Amino acid sequence: MLATSPAFKQNASDAMADSGLQKALTRTRAQLPARRAAAVAALPEFEQLRNIGRDIKNHTLANLDFYLETWEANVTRAGGQVHWCSTADDARAAVLAICERVGARTVTKGKSMISEELGINEHLEAHGIAPIETDLAEYILQLRREPPSHIIGPAFHLNREDWEASFRASHTHLPADRVFNEPRDIMAEARTLLREKFIGADVGITGANFLIAETGSSVIVTNEGNGDLTQTLPRVHIVLASIEKMVPTLEDATSLLRLLARSATGQDMSVYTTFSTGVRRDGDWDGPEEYHVVLIDNGRTGMIGTDFQEMLRCIRCAACMNHCPVYMTVGGHSYGWVYPGPMGSVLTPSLIGVDQAGQLPNASTFCGKCESVCPVKIPLPKLMRHWREREFERHLTPVAMRRNLGLWAWFARRPAAYRLATRVAAAMLGLLGRRRGKFAALPFAGGWTEGRDLPAPEGETFFARYAREQRAGRA
Amino acid sequence: MSPVSKPRVALFVTCLVDLHRPTVGFAAIRLLEQAGCQVEVPRAQTCCGQPAYNAGDRDTARDLARGIIEAFSGYDYVVAPSGSCGGMLRHHMAHLFDDDPNMRARADALAAHCYELVGFLTDVMGVSRVNAAYEGVATYHDSCAGLRELGIRDQPRLLLGAVEGLTLAEMAEPDTCCGFGGTFCVKYPEISVRMVSDKTADIAATGADTLLAGDMGCLLNMAGRLERQGSPIKVRHVAEVLAGMTNDVPPIGQPRR
Repeated sequence: MLATSPAFKQNASDAMADSGLQKALTRTRAQLPARRAAAVAALPEFEQLRNIGRDIKNHTLANLDFYLETWEANVTRAGGQVHWCSTADDARAAVLAICERVGARTVTKGKSMISEELGINEHLEAHGIAPIETDLAEYILQLRREPPSHIIGPAFHLNREDWEASFRASHTHLPADRVFNEPRDIMAEARTLLREKFIGADVGITGANFLIAETGSSVIVTNEGNGDLTQTLPRVHIVLASIEKMVPTLEDATSLLRLLARSATGQDMSVYTTFSTGVRRDGDWDGPEEYHVVLIDNGRTGMIGTDFQEMLRCIRCAACMNHCPVYMTVGGHSYGWVYPGPMGSVLTPSLIGVDQAGQLPNASTFCGKCESVCPVKIPLPKLMRHWREREFERHLTPVAMRRNLGLWAWFARRPAAYRLATRVAAAMLGLLGRRRGKFAALPFAGGWTEGRDLPAPEGETFFARYAREQRAGRA
Repeated sequence: MSPVSKPRVALFVTCLVDLHRPTVGFAAIRLLEQAGCQVEVPRAQTCCGQPAYNAGDRDTARDLARGIIEAFSGYDYVVAPSGSCGGMLRHHMAHLFDDDPNMRARADALAAHCYELVGFLTDVMGVSRVNAAYEGVATYHDSCAGLRELGIRDQPRLLLGAVEGLTLAEMAEPDTCCGFGGTFCVKYPEISVRMVSDKTADIAATGADTLLAGDMGCLLNMAGRLERQGSPIKVRHVAEVLAGMTNDVPPIGQPRR
């Protein structure tokens, strides 16, 4: 996927002018935090669970080599095969090789953010294989040729009228006068069309919410059941998973599952939670003949042992973006790559480079809501600050900002000079602003006064007045 | 309380109070003295270093932190009329010295004594009443760092409840960021203005005639937007109201009488 992250500011500006997007954001911005809050309030041990979740992930990351190898041995024992892929190219090639070997013409897909990272659909299409998204929101995005704008609600940016328009434009074989009265009608149409795709598919591709070392299993959660049809009906099941999905045991997975849906949608559990272990065994009612896991690094091992290792705890619940006032103002597409919001602002620079994605960790007020709701306690503002430090070290910080900061720092390091400078500045601004109490415009303050007045200072600094009153008090 | 047992409190004035609204500093001194503290104002202070720290300039932040540790060690408490600067002193500053055990120990020792003003009054000094009156309906904005780094939420509401004549009206989302974010407001002015507009809509919907908060950054941002919108809502730092000093200075962004 080509990143438009360097154009974040322009993307955001366009997004704020997009009335449809703003309508969609306004509709959901209060809903999601309220749902999470209710789910958390109903589970007294939620805070304790967050610590457990953090510790499970930390332990796994500290011993990742061991767990990956244990897991691979168990996948193999269950008749599956692991394909270790360092890069996105390797992973695309591995998926294509499997599909071509089995002569696949159509491939059904469950929702998977890593598949967006790999650009797997485009790659398959370029080789004559038709991928079909089966998650309802992903399906409509495929019709519209748009990327997801949210990691659990991919079509977060769309309104009901957009859905209807896209269905009418794409499903031209259906009667033009059919009526969509409610969301259910849209769902019913998609279900009918997708049912035949599920049955006809040669390969099913899903992501994984967790990989479990002790059993060699992969886990997916969905609310539509599309993932189950994707992974059980075709002859071949391919799981796309990045290395940090690993957890040691079934029990660890269930602890994290208790955090996941509550943090994501406010549900106690997602509607479907499915564990897949290897191929269909004698006596099994369903399951694939081939089970492959394409295990993807794509930059993640480079984060281990660095300031950014904590980001690999992420379980992709989207609570951070659901609570982010910047995300809810500019929407997911503004971030310009696969992962938006606070988690994306930390992860994207790690994966595509801070020179490409340097805007993202800057576009935060550090309000801290993201960290306060993160189910595995990732200190997102701290990690964004670490990116700003890398940018500062590499002189990627804008020149004007660096110069202003340097000038300010010169004075701030010298209290006596600082006293004098602030005294003069406050006196001047106080005098100029006395009559109106504010400035509508000031040289060098365009960023501020574009949409706000600048309140005028009182005129005398605290330290000047304090010294004056101390002298008067002594006299 | 006898004079000898009065806790010695160093006031961390904060750069915005110093430059923009000194009355808040004097309000802090009055409130601390009323609570039985002996207040001193170390002269060698400028800024907590957040502009540098949050811009990724650790060297400058560290230099400023050294100056702060030098100037503020040895007091019983350090108190700032700001959750943002208070959070910097209490939770962030020491980490600038993670690779310097000696300074880290000194920074940790200082951090443990650093407080935001209103939280200090209620939680440490046990203040529950104030000697102040204010006629009006006020709404209180929870500044992000004060709320989420220092747990300041109930304390200002407790003390405002003791102000004669004042009624509180809560916003739908008092804990949502106003869009100030330090340099964020000038790096991303368009996003910042949209965020503060959402905030001022929430403020206006309360029907309050006065907006209060504990941080000058947020207050300048919200007052600036309210003024641009032509709103009659008066904006003040919470300390001005609690200290009964609202007659000393007009609301933020209003002309002097």
